Amino acid sequence: MTLRLRCHPGIGPRVEGEALVAADDFSARYDLDRLAGTFSRPGHKLAGLSYVDRVLVLNTAKGGVASAWMLREMTERGLAPKAILFNAANTILAQGAAFAGMALCDRFEDGDITRLIATGDRVIVDPPAGLVTVLGKAERS
Amino acid sequence: MKLNGEERAMLAGDMGEPRRWAVEHMMEVGRMFDAADFVPVAQAHMMADTESLGEAGVAFLEGLAAHPPAERRVAVPMLTDPRGVDLSYYRPLGQTEEMADLERRTIAACTDLGILMTDSCVTYQTIMPPVRGEHVAYGDTGVVIYCNSVLGARSNFEGGPSALAAGLTGRTPRYGLHLDRNRRATRRFIVGERPEGLTGWGVLGGLIGRLCGSYWEVPVLEGIEGAPTSDEMKHFGAAMASFGSTPLFHIAGVTPEAPDLESVCDGPPPEPVEIGRKDLEGLRGNFGASGDEVDVVVFAAPQLSHVEMARVAELLEGRRVHERTALVVCTSPTVAADCGRLGIVGRIEAAGAVVLRGTCFYNQYAREIGEANGWTRLLSNSVKIVNILGGYGYRPALAGMEDCVTAAVTGRIP
Repeated sequence: MTLRLRCHPGIGPRVEGEALVAADDFSARYDLDRLAGTFSRPGHKLAGLSYVDRVLVLNTAKGGVASAWMLREMTERGLAPKAILFNAANTILAQGAAFAGMALCDRFEDGDITRLIATGDRVIVDPPAGLVTVLGKAERS
Repeated sequence: MKLNGEERAMLAGDMGEPRRWAVEHMMEVGRMFDAADFVPVAQAHMMADTESLGEAGVAFLEGLAAHPPAERRVAVPMLTDPRGVDLSYYRPLGQTEEMADLERRTIAACTDLGILMTDSCVTYQTIMPPVRGEHVAYGDTGVVIYCNSVLGARSNFEGGPSALAAGLTGRTPRYGLHLDRNRRATRRFIVGERPEGLTGWGVLGGLIGRLCGSYWEVPVLEGIEGAPTSDEMKHFGAAMASFGSTPLFHIAGVTPEAPDLESVCDGPPPEPVEIGRKDLEGLRGNFGASGDEVDVVVFAAPQLSHVEMARVAELLEGRRVHERTALVVCTSPTVAADCGRLGIVGRIEAAGAVVLRGTCFYNQYAREIGEANGWTRLLSNSVKIVNILGGYGYRPALAGMEDCVTAAVTGRIP
């Protein structure tokens, strides 16, 4: 069984990975310890958890422009998420994903993506097709 | 995206690899946001601090800079945001030679690309403010929100690579805030009480940013009578952009696109949300620490104007920074030079404070310098910086400029 979630065509390559989900926002500058590969901001709902090789599922991007450089640096050091899914990306995260070659999608047709995918779900992110597939999860009735 | 002849030539590599990369990168971003074509820009401004760039980003800049001058030089005036290392004062901060070397390599590469190293996040106060309606490609959210809102220019938040791509080509994809339809008000706030001081304006900005919570929301404020100062607008916008990733606001009767409420609304105005003292105290309460010892007091984010520098000097007159506490002041090289000439820097430093030129505290390896100096309890009058630094291992607290100086002098938050 699979759940297929349509979104706006995104950026980066098709990837598969395990989801890490929170109804919270994202900035590589504000929220991460990029040397440890963990969320470091105490108030963040994913504080203390590793984001490395995960498909991050979050509400929206926040804060500044630094993430545009940081995603590539994180990728080259092997301490990056595989993909990021947002309800609504901002320009910086889109630019950063394009620069890093990281998969990024947003604007999902079925509503709040942080409620449609759960932490631990296995997902395939296909940005060119504008499609995210959740493996082992039933279609929504 | 529809390309003209010159853009097709750039994409084909006829104008060199740097411009080919730039058009390709911008097209990928433009497609994500359904840009129909490119729009010419008059200026670009790049955030490129070495903490964000890392080795990967610096090597990328060096790769572009290795091309022949005709292929690598930027096509429009291009400025830089604050750097990660003040090369005249990095060892005392606990920054390493490795950090300084990365900085030197970045400066050399940017210079070879023809970029003007202004190292400033207050370019609109000091270098060349854009004109109403002018399309630009600015990095630094504080610069973007000020120039969009207060000056009526048109820019998206441009991360370093995209700002550089715009600089190399003199254009940017036409999406987001380059389009009229995305500049209309989507949220409406009625402010019951005019904020006091820079920190008061920052608190209001932070609260509205938090309530908007998205790049794609545009707030309009009512209830502000008379124009705030440039520094008030600076702190207001920087905090809003920091809390909400918000790139544009309107203030009815004040900002240029909003002579009145109706001018920024399509159809009936959005339902109003009232902002009262309790709401503002709620945000401020997250950053209270009265009575605590303080390790470092920071004036930064955004860099200080001439007027703020003069006020800090005045508040420090006849006083001395406490031996257990550091006071760090970040300003642009332009302001620092002027304030040096005016004796202001000397007065600040004579009191035991440090004036950093061309950096901003949070983008100069804040985690590492905090650890090197044993700084955890940090106090600032900047709502933006206290919002950022929680993730960097600090316990940030907020107070007005006067109380910040008193804390630096007594070692304790009033």
